[in-house]
Amino acid sequence: MTEPSIEPLCVVVERELPFPAEKIWRALTQPHLIQEWLMQNDFIPLVGKRFNFRAEWGSVDCEVLTLEPNKSLSYRWAAMGLESIVTWTLRATASGTHLRMEQSGFRPDQQQAYRGATHGWRKFFADLERVVGDLA
Amino acid sequence: MREPTAVFKSLGDPTRRALFERLCREGELTVHALTAPSGVSQPAVSKHLHSLKVAGLVRDRRDGRETYYEVLPGGLTPLLDWLKFYASFWQSRFDRLEDLLKRMDQ
Repeated sequence: MTEPSIEPLCVVVERELPFPAEKIWRALTQPHLIQEWLMQNDFIPLVGKRFNFRAEWGSVDCEVLTLEPNKSLSYRWAAMGLESIVTWTLRATASGTHLRMEQSGFRPDQQQAYRGATHGWRKFFADLERVVGDLA
Repeated sequence: MREPTAVFKSLGDPTRRALFERLCREGELTVHALTAPSGVSQPAVSKHLHSLKVAGLVRDRRDGRETYYEVLPGGLTPLLDWLKFYASFWQSRFDRLEDLLKRMDQ
């Protein structure tokens, strides 16, 4: 288990889990299992399918973007007025599976330019950090 | 939690981001000073600065014929709040996922 690391507009949580990837994949993609640990949902494991998560703090509009069984899954995640992309990556290890979740935020009208936008933000904050460093 | 949309949208534009970065780096500047090296016309710079102001990132003051802009402290707070909220959200969901996986064993 590792602590969450926060990059600019990007939240990453990673954890070593003593379970096979197939089992974790089920928990990530079967609605009745997703509901037990994440939120109520009507998830359908098909690229392009729209679905919702429902929580006490509101509803999340989602769309499946990529899906590779037992390996990776990503969906668009629109909540609290902001679009982001949640990407799950599973990697087999000697004792189980390394599970990684990355959530990247970007501006609403720039979905296609997601990669570029993320890069731009990182550069922006790196620059800002350097500026702050210079001032110190 | 304040919605970070306005801040994201405003800083999503590279020209506005460059203007905001310059204000962070150099402190208070006039619209003229901000226009000079930007390669953008003064009306366009003024419009971008207005967007940054509406997003709560900068503030302005007039002095004679000049308008000065400076970075507003705490302007980036909605972004930091967003990061904090989700960092803690996912950490707790990972805990629940791990619990579920244990139960699935039985």
